[in-house]
Amino acid sequence: MNSGTTGDYQTKNTLETFGFLPKLTAEEVQKQIAYIVANGWSPSIEHEHPSNAMDHYWTMWKLPFFGETNIANVLAELEACHRAYPGHNVRLLGYDAYTQSQSVCFVVYEG
Amino acid sequence: MSNTYKAGVKEYRDKYWTPDYAPLDTDLLACFKVTGQPGVPREEVAAAVAAESSTGTWSTVWSEYLTDLEFYKGRAYRIEDVPGDSESFYTFIAYPIDLFEEGSVVNVLTSLVGNVFGFKALKHLRLEDIRFPIAYIKTCGGPPAGIQVERDRLNKYGRPMLGCTIKPKLGLSAKNYGRAVYECLRGGLDLTKDDENVNSQSFMRWRDRFDFVAEAIDKAERETGERKGHYLNVTAATPEEMYKRAEYAKELNQPIIMHDFITGGFTANTGLANWCRDNGMLLHIHRAMHAVIDRHPKHGIHFRVLAKCLRLSGGDHLHTGTVVGKLEGDRNSTLGFVDQLRESFVPEDRSRGVFFDQDWGSMPGVFAVASGGIHVWHMPALVTIFGDDSVLQFGGGTQGHPWGNAAGAAANRVALEACVKARNEGRNLEAESNDIMTQAAKHSPELAIAMETWKEIKFEFETVDKLDV
Repeated sequence: MNSGTTGDYQTKNTLETFGFLPKLTAEEVQKQIAYIVANGWSPSIEHEHPSNAMDHYWTMWKLPFFGETNIANVLAELEACHRAYPGHNVRLLGYDAYTQSQSVCFVVYEG
Repeated sequence: MSNTYKAGVKEYRDKYWTPDYAPLDTDLLACFKVTGQPGVPREEVAAAVAAESSTGTWSTVWSEYLTDLEFYKGRAYRIEDVPGDSESFYTFIAYPIDLFEEGSVVNVLTSLVGNVFGFKALKHLRLEDIRFPIAYIKTCGGPPAGIQVERDRLNKYGRPMLGCTIKPKLGLSAKNYGRAVYECLRGGLDLTKDDENVNSQSFMRWRDRFDFVAEAIDKAERETGERKGHYLNVTAATPEEMYKRAEYAKELNQPIIMHDFITGGFTANTGLANWCRDNGMLLHIHRAMHAVIDRHPKHGIHFRVLAKCLRLSGGDHLHTGTVVGKLEGDRNSTLGFVDQLRESFVPEDRSRGVFFDQDWGSMPGVFAVASGGIHVWHMPALVTIFGDDSVLQFGGGTQGHPWGNAAGAAANRVALEACVKARNEGRNLEAESNDIMTQAAKHSPELAIAMETWKEIKFEFETVDKLDV
């Protein structure tokens, strides 16, 4: 058998969007926050124990940061949430009030 | 109109050509591309189209005088040249809203694209666009769920969804078919799809397929931690059989079913969409037979009209072509009808083939589905063209991977996420596609092999149906 044409693909447990990329660096996370802010969406942070990761609702970290345009503040909140709940997954959301949906949502820290 | 009845044949333009008419907000407006027989004046041909698609017939009849046809008649109110084509012209026709039954695209189409298309005075006729008045739109059910609700149910945010049609399209047993589904979903796809001609043939009866697919989805969800679905095709020979299959999909707790809206018909489609709305089921729409109707540039119905009718009839996904893959599709024209599926207001834009302002009000949006001959190298262009509110479906591009479906799925998922991430960072996906894809492949042997496998495959043919600009 030609090993170049067959490979063993192991199923991954992933966390939806960006689950197939290497964990984003702090600098890369900043760029995603900048994208949220530039579009006028509201950054928001949620966390949850990995065993409940498939639940629609995770616990909110504070309220969504309505009107926040300072990227460093959002990054600091992500870090604060991670410090408070080191065993939890922490995700960053961008709430879009026009579509009433989340235009960004990905896990920044895995518990 | 005189109140005296006189038997005979009148010129259509006497009654149906009204260049001074200012269309009402409640009128349904249509634009036809008309190619008349030689020697017939444009105004007469335009008026004939208005007459034959509304109240008129070839002869005067006495019973016309029992009603007020001035209130009910369609009116040809404008004629325009078709750029670069001296043989054809556009005519714009206004129809009073009371000509049409509420909530029935069936009724609208029966009038607008009925007998008139066989009319001898015409060489060709093409329905280019319809402006549905908001008053009419409010009578239609529309998508059972819509984009926003589907995202919430499936937990997919900030990116296009990824799908694939299970291949070979015909001949697999139900258990082997379920295996192919499971492999795609465990590898990272969100959705898989029955091919359109998979209904309930002897090699795989629908009930067996539904059972094995449900198990595949359940296992893939447990193992990946992500939500998954498979478009179970309920298109059938009769509405009764269609609903039976839909009910069983619901019994199996499945999130989404599928229908072919042209071969199945608008009556079946509208009924099934209503059933889906009542039962919390998503509805994927295939468009088999559309190219028979929409591909000829001078005859038939443009797909933008079929897409608008589908949004009114009801569907949560609709195939739109890919622009870059193996099937016909002009980029600007495709962008034009993709807007009609997803936006709440689309302004007139001739450069995209949009002939009217179209207000959709609060009607939910439909995901645009890009499917047909696409592979990982197309990903940067697809994300640019279709944006987040789309489903990108790689059939051969998933299942043709040298390591199989799961690795193929993973390759597509890595490519998609790399493109979305780069787009959000402000990078130009199409200009920087090589760099973005090459960097992404460094972390994914599955993607690296996929890129090597499909690097030479392109589909570069001239579009048959070009926009008239």
